[in-house]
Amino acid sequence: MPSRSSLLLLPAFTMLALVFLVPLGWFFFHTLFIDTDPSDLWDQIASVLTSRAMLQAIVTTNWISLLVTATVLLMGYPIAYYLANHNGLRFTLVLFCIIVPYFTSIIVRTYSWMVLLGREGLINQALRHLGLIDTPLPLLYNQLSIVIGMTYVLLPYMVLTLFAAMKAIDRTLLLAARGMGASGPMIFWRVYLPLSRHGVISGALIVFILSIGFFITPALMGGPSDVMVAMLIERSVEITLDWAGAAVMSLFLLVVTLILYAIYYRVTDVRRLMGAT
Amino acid sequence: MSAAPLPQGGKGALELDGLTKRYGDERVVDAVSASIRPGEFFSLLGPSGSGKTTTLMMIAGFVVPDGGAIRVDDADLTRVPPQRRGLGMVFQNYAIFPHLNVFENVAFPLRARHVAEAELRVRVQAALELVRLQRFAERYARQLSGGQQQRVAIARAIVFHPSIVLMDEPLGALDKNLRYEMQVEIKDIQQRLGMTVVYVTHDQEEAMNMSDRIAIMNHGRIEQLGPPGEIYERPSNAFVARFLGEANLIEGTIERIADGQAELRTRDGVLLRAQVKRAAVGQAAALFVRPELLAFGAGAGNRVEGTVRRRSFLGSTIRTVVEVGPTTHLTIDLPNQGTGGGPGVGAHVTASWPVVHSQILLD
Repeated sequence: MPSRSSLLLLPAFTMLALVFLVPLGWFFFHTLFIDTDPSDLWDQIASVLTSRAMLQAIVTTNWISLLVTATVLLMGYPIAYYLANHNGLRFTLVLFCIIVPYFTSIIVRTYSWMVLLGREGLINQALRHLGLIDTPLPLLYNQLSIVIGMTYVLLPYMVLTLFAAMKAIDRTLLLAARGMGASGPMIFWRVYLPLSRHGVISGALIVFILSIGFFITPALMGGPSDVMVAMLIERSVEITLDWAGAAVMSLFLLVVTLILYAIYYRVTDVRRLMGAT
Repeated sequence: MSAAPLPQGGKGALELDGLTKRYGDERVVDAVSASIRPGEFFSLLGPSGSGKTTTLMMIAGFVVPDGGAIRVDDADLTRVPPQRRGLGMVFQNYAIFPHLNVFENVAFPLRARHVAEAELRVRVQAALELVRLQRFAERYARQLSGGQQQRVAIARAIVFHPSIVLMDEPLGALDKNLRYEMQVEIKDIQQRLGMTVVYVTHDQEEAMNMSDRIAIMNHGRIEQLGPPGEIYERPSNAFVARFLGEANLIEGTIERIADGQAELRTRDGVLLRAQVKRAAVGQAAALFVRPELLAFGAGAGNRVEGTVRRRSFLGSTIRTVVEVGPTTHLTIDLPNQGTGGGPGVGAHVTASWPVVHSQILLD
């Protein structure tokens, strides 16, 4: 039902349409229907998507995204639990530590990890001074550094999603479980974890969705063989100038993301997450 | 994490000995003592903020007392964590696990006790039959009515055969008719299983209907403790008199005491007589009499005259308010006998009641 209040959205929507939807649509249209012979379109799409480079990038992207999602979940769950069960200064401090990096430029954060992890980085130097190692550990330019960097960037999304789900858990259910004789571990596995399940699924989906489109962190911190889909697209645009190939890959990534987002929307009450009731 | 077995069975005697809880400077529970007998239905009745729920939470172990002791069958439970107390508990909003079906909800206390699967099935079935929910084992809480959820909570509280079950306003969320049905049902289950029930409520009818004994609480203290009939008919102070139903409390000064009876001069100068336990001549006091014990017409005992100011139709009773003097109003309840009788507003009437039905209360 359109109302006058929807006019409030008009400036933002116009902006979004002009600088995002129109150029994107034009890019897809131009590369796929004007530059490419329409009769070759399906062959073109099939050849891009089944190329060795693309298949490899899809595998790498999925593998890294899964690793990152699992790491973020395992790190984020205890933090969210702590936040959900504390208030006052301790709550504020931990929340502050989670949120502040969120406001810092992603490039700055990635470079600071490189300062820490590099061959002559702080960690390797410290380990060498302590005499624990002779040659520097390969901490940078591999999958390990990609996972570390992306985990750091994506942690707040997981923590905040889990926190919202945990806050919604009725405390009397936990009291009831205790009153019925349940031990701490039983309360966690049989009551708390199942009741926070929605948060786990939503958090994992949002982190995975963001992971598969990641560019800066893997580009700066990854090795030569760790090519993710977004990096492949950038190479096609900047280096090989294969715009049609880039368009197909972008479209593919966009469709996958939209499908995952549709699932996310089904399992998450987005409106509840945003505080509406 | 399955160390010592949880206590089971037992007789179910519960001793509260000077239980005290402070929040800041406020004593929300102040030296509460009571000896609850095995198999007794014991209610904590009081207005909100009277400390009844805090008392129950201390018995359950969720609130740590600042003073006093809790003993069950002579074992001191004061410092025992809730999961080791072995008490059944029904929460105000049922606290049914939304992610488990009815069967698994009821099975939860048995799983906590590592009961073997075969025996667990038998016991859950038996508990569900007791609350007439056999056919609902596969359902989830959101698919059940309020009354059915209530039954799940009860089945879950009794499935491991605790000798004592605590109930925190379990019927508060139900509508009036269902509430009465559930009262009968809970009472019936309690008697069949012979368990001790400690029941928190602010509904005096509910407490009177179900309880063997009631503790009336106010400002963290027990004002009076006794069987329903006793505290209804012989309240020890004005608070108890008013809290348990309608009460006439006529203020005045005691003029004479003899043979367990006192003469009280009301502010409007009428002389009335009442039973008295402890009071002194010249003391300010109130004469208490229940509205349903008064009658119109000149009978033996106390007699007053006045004008009918209000008449309320309450269904089974007709309530008449008579102005006896500028500061004295009497409420008289008569059973509705379908004749539509009784004096109308403005009528000049005489009301009377036997002296044994009234007593002197001090504040």
